[in-house]
Amino acid sequence: MLDEAWAVSPSVALRPEPFGALAYHFGNRKLTFLKRPELVAVVESLAAHADVRSALLACGVPTEQHTAYAAALAGLAATDMIRKREAA
Amino acid sequence: MTIAPERPQTGSLVEQFEYGLDAPICLTWELTYACNLACAHCLSSSGRRDPRELTTSQCEAVIDELQRMQVFYVNIGGGEPTIRPDFWHLLEYAVDHQVGVKFSTNGVRITPERARFLASTDYVDVQVSLDGATAEVNDYVRGPGSYDTALRALANLRDAGFRDAKISVVCTRQNIAQLDDFKAIADAYGATLRLTRLRPSGRGADVWDELHPLPEQQRELYDWLLANGDHVLTGDSFFHLAAYGEALPGLNLCGAGRVVCLIDPVGDVYACPFAIHDRFKAGNLLADGGFQHVWQHSELFTELRSPQTGGACTKCSAYDACRGGCMAAKFFTGLPLDGPDPECVKGNSEAGLAGARTVPAASQDHSRRTPTRNEPVMLTLQRQPPVSACAESPLAGFDPS
Repeated sequence: MLDEAWAVSPSVALRPEPFGALAYHFGNRKLTFLKRPELVAVVESLAAHADVRSALLACGVPTEQHTAYAAALAGLAATDMIRKREAA
Repeated sequence: MTIAPERPQTGSLVEQFEYGLDAPICLTWELTYACNLACAHCLSSSGRRDPRELTTSQCEAVIDELQRMQVFYVNIGGGEPTIRPDFWHLLEYAVDHQVGVKFSTNGVRITPERARFLASTDYVDVQVSLDGATAEVNDYVRGPGSYDTALRALANLRDAGFRDAKISVVCTRQNIAQLDDFKAIADAYGATLRLTRLRPSGRGADVWDELHPLPEQQRELYDWLLANGDHVLTGDSFFHLAAYGEALPGLNLCGAGRVVCLIDPVGDVYACPFAIHDRFKAGNLLADGGFQHVWQHSELFTELRSPQTGGACTKCSAYDACRGGCMAAKFFTGLPLDGPDPECVKGNSEAGLAGARTVPAASQDHSRRTPTRNEPVMLTLQRQPPVSACAESPLAGFDPS
């Protein structure tokens, strides 16, 4: 996943919350919680980067945490909160 | 003035929720107190329209505000919301403003034509109320004819191609034995079953003693939910049952004023749909600066988002599971808010219920003042034989000792 290009799904809205954010998918009506502000920053910046790794680096996530973030992102992908896109 | 407590930076999601959110997750909006039925256990004591009901443009302004706050969907109820002449307009207005709608209805206005319209829209969910799997059980509390009305609405929805309607059941002493039958009805109509708890709120206070599930029925319900819970919705209704052991799916916390609230037909904001009483009124969205201001700054909600004390419950081994149960259920049965739930599965409320308690008087009531033709009359034939064939006194055989 780290070398792939991803973005927030078109039918998903993020609502900022004190603990992070709440993501709502208007298509499948699923509600998900992003429990850390750092994860919210990563998710929001996915579309602006060529791959997930560069988004993580741009958000200042240390390399040793990349696997953990990839797992969290895979969880979001499972409910279509984020979607794979064709690399630019 | 209550000072908002400082929110910890870490902690589980449930702990974060206890400090409240910037906007509710689950917002119920009762559009009208008017209703064609007069259900014996109505949470909002509905019947008559309130003359101060929000106008169409005021309702549109509320939807605009919900859109700004990113409240992604709203549960619309009443009364019977489809009775409002502008109901279908408001439904479309909400959906067009990124506020999805789930509305509760007794089915009276779900004609084949409306069902086709609903089947053609996205972001609209329909929930039909049914409190018995047979007409006998349902109509006893919801009134004669209401069973047929609900099933006709479900048939119209199914025939129009509306997918996954919800059948909403309030679990009572009389229908706990029908859970499998409810599931079969849901399956037959391509619908999802939703079970909720009978609350002693509104007119429910008058019939709670007669209708609330008996202890062994609570166990039956819990076991049924564990076996079937994956395909049944509960709206987190039964977190007091978590004290049996395994938690049921859901948040298992009282969300009142933290992640949940209610807007009533005149714009009053209450902590939860089961707490329409002055004690739990946070403010009015017309008088107090809009819904967002009430949600974020009202004194009541600030208090509810402060750490709560478990009182007598803290020494119970199950406290972490049930968190003392439902605030509204305690309040409307006259029990202390920091003590056990009236349906505590450990039996810890028995002494409180048996002792001296004052059930709070209703602070508002929109029930019709005169009986209607389809009002439920909760009387059954007398089971005891008369004292003698000619004992006409109503007190014959009464022994006051």
